[in-house]
Amino acid sequence: MLSDITIGQFFPGNSIIHRLDPRIKLVLLLSFIVFIFITGNYFSLSFIFIFVLSVVIMSGVALKMYLKSLKAIVYIVLFTSVINLLYGRGEPIAQLGILKVTVSGINNAVFVFIRIVSLILISSVLTYTTSPTQLTDGMERLMSPLKVFKIQVHEIAMMMTIALRFIPTLLDETEKIMNAQKARGASMDSGNVIQRIKAFIPVLVPLLVSSFRRAYELATAMECRCYHGGDGRTRMKSLHLKKADYISSAVCVIAFCGVVALNIILPAAER
Amino acid sequence: MDNFIEVKNVTFGYKDYDNNNILNETCVINNISFNVRKGEFLALLGHNGSGKSTLAKMFNGMITPDKGEILIEGIRSDDEDRKYEIRSKVGLVFQNPDNQIVASIVEEDVAFGPENLGVPPKEIRERVDEALKAVDMYEYRNFAPHKLSGGQKQRTAIAGIIAMQPDCIVLDEPTAMLDPKGRAEVMSTIKKLNKEKNITVILITHYMDEAAAADRVIVIDNGDLLIDDTPKKVFSHVKLLKEHGLDVPQSAEIAYMLKGGKENDELPINRHRCVEYIVELLNNN
Amino acid sequence: MSLLEVKNLTYSYGVGTPFEKKALDNVSVNINAGEFIGVIGHTGSGKSTLMQMLNGLLKPERGQVFLNGNDINAPKNNIRNIRFKVGLVFQYPEHQLFDDTVRKDISFGPRNMGLSEEEIDERVISAAEFVGLKRELLDKSPFELSGGEKRRAAIAGVISMEPDIIIFDEPTAGLDPNGRNYLLERINDYHKTKGKTVILVSHSMEDIAKYAQKVLVLNKGRIEMFDETKIVFSQVEKLDSMGLRVPQITYIMNKLKEYGYDVSGGVLTVEEAYKELNRLLCRKRGEKC
Repeated sequence: MLSDITIGQFFPGNSIIHRLDPRIKLVLLLSFIVFIFITGNYFSLSFIFIFVLSVVIMSGVALKMYLKSLKAIVYIVLFTSVINLLYGRGEPIAQLGILKVTVSGINNAVFVFIRIVSLILISSVLTYTTSPTQLTDGMERLMSPLKVFKIQVHEIAMMMTIALRFIPTLLDETEKIMNAQKARGASMDSGNVIQRIKAFIPVLVPLLVSSFRRAYELATAMECRCYHGGDGRTRMKSLHLKKADYISSAVCVIAFCGVVALNIILPAAER
Repeated sequence: MDNFIEVKNVTFGYKDYDNNNILNETCVINNISFNVRKGEFLALLGHNGSGKSTLAKMFNGMITPDKGEILIEGIRSDDEDRKYEIRSKVGLVFQNPDNQIVASIVEEDVAFGPENLGVPPKEIRERVDEALKAVDMYEYRNFAPHKLSGGQKQRTAIAGIIAMQPDCIVLDEPTAMLDPKGRAEVMSTIKKLNKEKNITVILITHYMDEAAAADRVIVIDNGDLLIDDTPKKVFSHVKLLKEHGLDVPQSAEIAYMLKGGKENDELPINRHRCVEYIVELLNNN
Repeated sequence: MSLLEVKNLTYSYGVGTPFEKKALDNVSVNINAGEFIGVIGHTGSGKSTLMQMLNGLLKPERGQVFLNGNDINAPKNNIRNIRFKVGLVFQYPEHQLFDDTVRKDISFGPRNMGLSEEEIDERVISAAEFVGLKRELLDKSPFELSGGEKRRAAIAGVISMEPDIIIFDEPTAGLDPNGRNYLLERINDYHKTKGKTVILVSHSMEDIAKYAQKVLVLNKGRIEMFDETKIVFSQVEKLDSMGLRVPQITYIMNKLKEYGYDVSGGVLTVEEAYKELNRLLCRKRGEKC
């Protein structure tokens, strides 16, 4: 079923990662992305990979779910790795026609592979352990300095909340409409590209119509519940940094320093 | 009992405009007056397009009457300065539960109303827990809405209104999209809120068995008020109701037929009462 | 030979996840040509799953579905051709309307069948007539229609394929009494005049009692009963144990019978009940009726 897609899904739990402040988690995620990409040799690469894996385990979410999120992009990862493998510089170790494999090619392939996998894992940790509302809440608060530039931070966050809320609903609806059209003999998975795009019109039009109807009804319901933008609005869950937040930030900073140190002390891999 | 809502000579029509000229006006509500008493359970009955949904949105000022006025505890429904006061006094629950849930977690959705009202965080927490317990959804507080059944979603929506601590809830066909189990859940929740929390309930429906649970039933059609009476008496107008595209519960219908079709009788409106009624009829004759 | 033969169907959702759930458990049933069958059961009893397997939208985990003796999931069968023979009207079918005119929308199915333009035209008109859509609505946009008309236009979109079996999943959901009665009468009429098999899935026991000749009761993925409507609805306790209610009037008459009054069990309509009770009243008064 379409609603089996795990990206953006939240698994309630009570692990230390679950309890961290969403703002901290967001900032740490961004730093992770940066440090994953500045790894320069196998030592720093495996160091950060192991660190990511331990965070994954600490999140307490079933490993199966992480594998599922990796499965979604397995082809992209393999494809980029293979391309990298074949386009390395320097002396070939093995050669088949114009395809040659070099040391730098192997290195590139491994780096790309580990980096993308780490990236997906660490981003999944964030979405799996943070409720969408917490996530948008965290973003809203992190971005609140932008209000100075007349950016409507609250409105953006509210739109994201609603979008996240309606993704599963609309996926369900898409499936229902597809089934209804298939029952009238529509075939969605044969023919050339143009035929296929045309075949989706009977699905897209009803989906659009219903989304507008939903938007209208939701707006009415929100108004009835006294919604009037971000002014004077309070939140049930206010965010306070706790001891765990400071400790985990410190641990991450040390780890990031470790990555840099390993990069400097040990020789870079041939790329 | 005090009047909570007063509907005075209200008229309303939807208009098609063309360069400020009114092209076409469809009359939806036609000079209707009635009062809703504090703490009462009122059912508004009418078929689709009878104007009952428009009326629902008038109770909290989302729609303003063309003529006449609506007073909520003496406040005019179109009083712009007291808009949020009115909307928190009179909560609205709609037909499609999916399209009124804003957040991706049950308890966060329930908190939405009080958050908008600027209630302090600690008090929101208390209100949310209390509201969830009142609709029997407390154990689902951390669920994602799309993992819930229709009845559970609708109860979440009701909790979202309860958390604003309204004096009155207006429900616009809250069970139309639910299965029998969901319908029963929502109906028992509504009754409980009315009896235990003394919340005034206005239930808009075309299900006769739901209207039968109310203290008082108002039937409208084509914007006119047809009947305003207790359920037992309302359903004795079998002919009139059928003429206006409405059904009567089978219990009332069979009793009505056996009695030879007299109006203004008190008829049994549920199956248990109906069995007693017929037994009595068979023994006494 | 039965028109539709379901043999040992089993199906589970979410196989391999923690949410795995058996929706159908070894279900077998035979449906004959021309029958009007009511299907009742709770949400989650497997009704919708079973219906979607009858036209191949879901593939069985185990078991087969035979249409006129052909396994519909056999590789040699084009599943699309099966769908033209087993029509399925989903809940809230108006959500499938997409084309710019009602006429084009209703013709979507027949066009997919590869019929000639004349034939398509003919079918659209007769389908629209069947559901009671006025001619002049055919060239309007489906989104301009009223709620009830939209529903009927969508149903016409399935009827226009002239399937041998037509399945209606809660066709009256959200309609008011008038709209509901009108639609059910049209469906009943379709069954009578065309002699096609009709399967009606509904939560309304009153509607099932009024129209269905046989009732299929599903509970927790299994078929609990499949018999004549009268017989099914006289088993109040068994249905009650599954959380299903019989129509009010059936309950009342069954209770009276239990109290020793001379009435029959399994009464399905108010008219029937009136006849029986009036007879008793007359006898009591010593009159003739």
